[in-house]
Amino acid sequence: MRNPLSSTIVNIKPSGIRKFFDIAAEMDDVISLGVGEPDFDTPWHVRDEGIYSLEKGRTSYTSNAGLKELKEEIAKFLKRRYELTYDPVKEMIVTVGGSEGIDICMRAMLDPGDEVLIPQPSYVSYEPCAILANGTPVIIELKAENEFRLTAEELEAAITPKTKLLVLPFPNNPTGAIMERKDLEAIAEVILKHDLYVLSDEIYSELTYTDNHVSICNLPGMQERTVLINGFSKSHSMTGWRLGYACGPEVIIKQMLKIHQFAIMCAPTTSQYAAVEAMRNGDEDVQEMKAEYNVRRKYLLKRFSEMGVDCFEALGAFYVFPCIKEFGMSSDDFATAMLKSKKVCVVPGTAFGDCGEGFLRISYAYTMENLKIAMDRFQEFVNELRENK
Amino acid sequence: MREKILTYIEKNSRIDIAELALRVGADEQTVLNELEAMEHERVICGYHTLIDWDKVGVEKATALIEVRVTPQRGMGFDKVAERIYNYPEVNSIYLISGGFDFMVIIEGKSLREVAQFVSEKLAPMETVLSTKTNFILKKYKDYGTILAKPAKDERELMN
Repeated sequence: MRNPLSSTIVNIKPSGIRKFFDIAAEMDDVISLGVGEPDFDTPWHVRDEGIYSLEKGRTSYTSNAGLKELKEEIAKFLKRRYELTYDPVKEMIVTVGGSEGIDICMRAMLDPGDEVLIPQPSYVSYEPCAILANGTPVIIELKAENEFRLTAEELEAAITPKTKLLVLPFPNNPTGAIMERKDLEAIAEVILKHDLYVLSDEIYSELTYTDNHVSICNLPGMQERTVLINGFSKSHSMTGWRLGYACGPEVIIKQMLKIHQFAIMCAPTTSQYAAVEAMRNGDEDVQEMKAEYNVRRKYLLKRFSEMGVDCFEALGAFYVFPCIKEFGMSSDDFATAMLKSKKVCVVPGTAFGDCGEGFLRISYAYTMENLKIAMDRFQEFVNELRENK
Repeated sequence: MREKILTYIEKNSRIDIAELALRVGADEQTVLNELEAMEHERVICGYHTLIDWDKVGVEKATALIEVRVTPQRGMGFDKVAERIYNYPEVNSIYLISGGFDFMVIIEGKSLREVAQFVSEKLAPMETVLSTKTNFILKKYKDYGTILAKPAKDERELMN
């Protein structure tokens, strides 16, 4: 029989997280700090609304781009939270999670040969999506000394005549880094100079622990060249509902909508009805969850500092990214050894890019109780390593 | 800061000073002092534990009793309430708006014991006009805590 597979797909590296997961899944009583989703249930009033929509029999397709009501609420949300103005009819699509938004954006914007700048360490999907969209990923390796923020110099150095799109994933998974206004202003200059486009993945925007999140779209000249991706997964704890949204210039959204129409039809109807409630009445829930994440964040940073493990102050998402270079082990080896001896599961930084070598991603989407136990074991492990040196 | 402390410890009375200090953004001594002050001022009136006695196999009967009274001259509601709450069997007593005056919560070892208390001690009180006793059959949620729920983490190990 012929080879059934596309060589493009075959050549894409499988997710680094998956490999580790398979090892961890074999063991009992593992405390995992490796999860990338909230530990809170979706707020009850949102679930209730979803259930009600099912009871009412609202089970048919919605319009392709999403429920009119939902898009209007999203527009209001973006306005009140981030002072962003988007036309809900022409400049917005409700997508199947932020994930679909990223995918269809790249597919709508890239021609073979177009280069996509992807800062790393970052979420595992950008590179494969770029490849699948016929683009050429160009990695920008971010540095710990810059708190894993993208600098204008790094950006400038990576640009070639073929560069079309810059992926901007902030607040960042796995580093927990954010880009503040001054950082965004610096790179906006470079973006404008080279007439680039931006895919801004702001899925963690509500989880910013310093001043309010600033989107690159808040800067002059940027909204017209940026596709903004956001959603409900991390802010409203709705990961399983598979719901997000993409906002951008009409001309791009129109083409993204084409792909969305043919490949997806529409995002899940139940989720959309639930999300209307989340947008209307969920602001308080988000702030409560964020406050709780913040306590945990401070706790982890404190513990790492006491342990003498180098960890920069993450100000976004729900991850910290400690450096374990002092122990002379690779991230993989460190994570595997800790899993085997202490039954604590963390994700090696290399799962998010080669420049994640020497780092670990620790998630704090867990109760304080769990974090305390996990950190105690982490401490034990570190002590043992230091003694044996 | 007081409100922050109180909001948290209302649901978590097993206080970890280090954690509390982290939560409210103050140092441990300040938090300790604040707690002491609030105890002194009777802002914090006690630290109790929420128990599901069914799981221990200990029988308890709890009744919510609607009491109508006639406050006598010189007595007023407060005095009547005092006479009622002095009984250790009385768990709670509230002055209520609406069709009756007090909501009295009694806890005893059995239905019988509670009914006995009502008929022998509560109803015969001079100022009490009438009582209506409702027994709790099942507690679903108490003091903001859902009792039946198992807290299982069903998420994938890593994603």
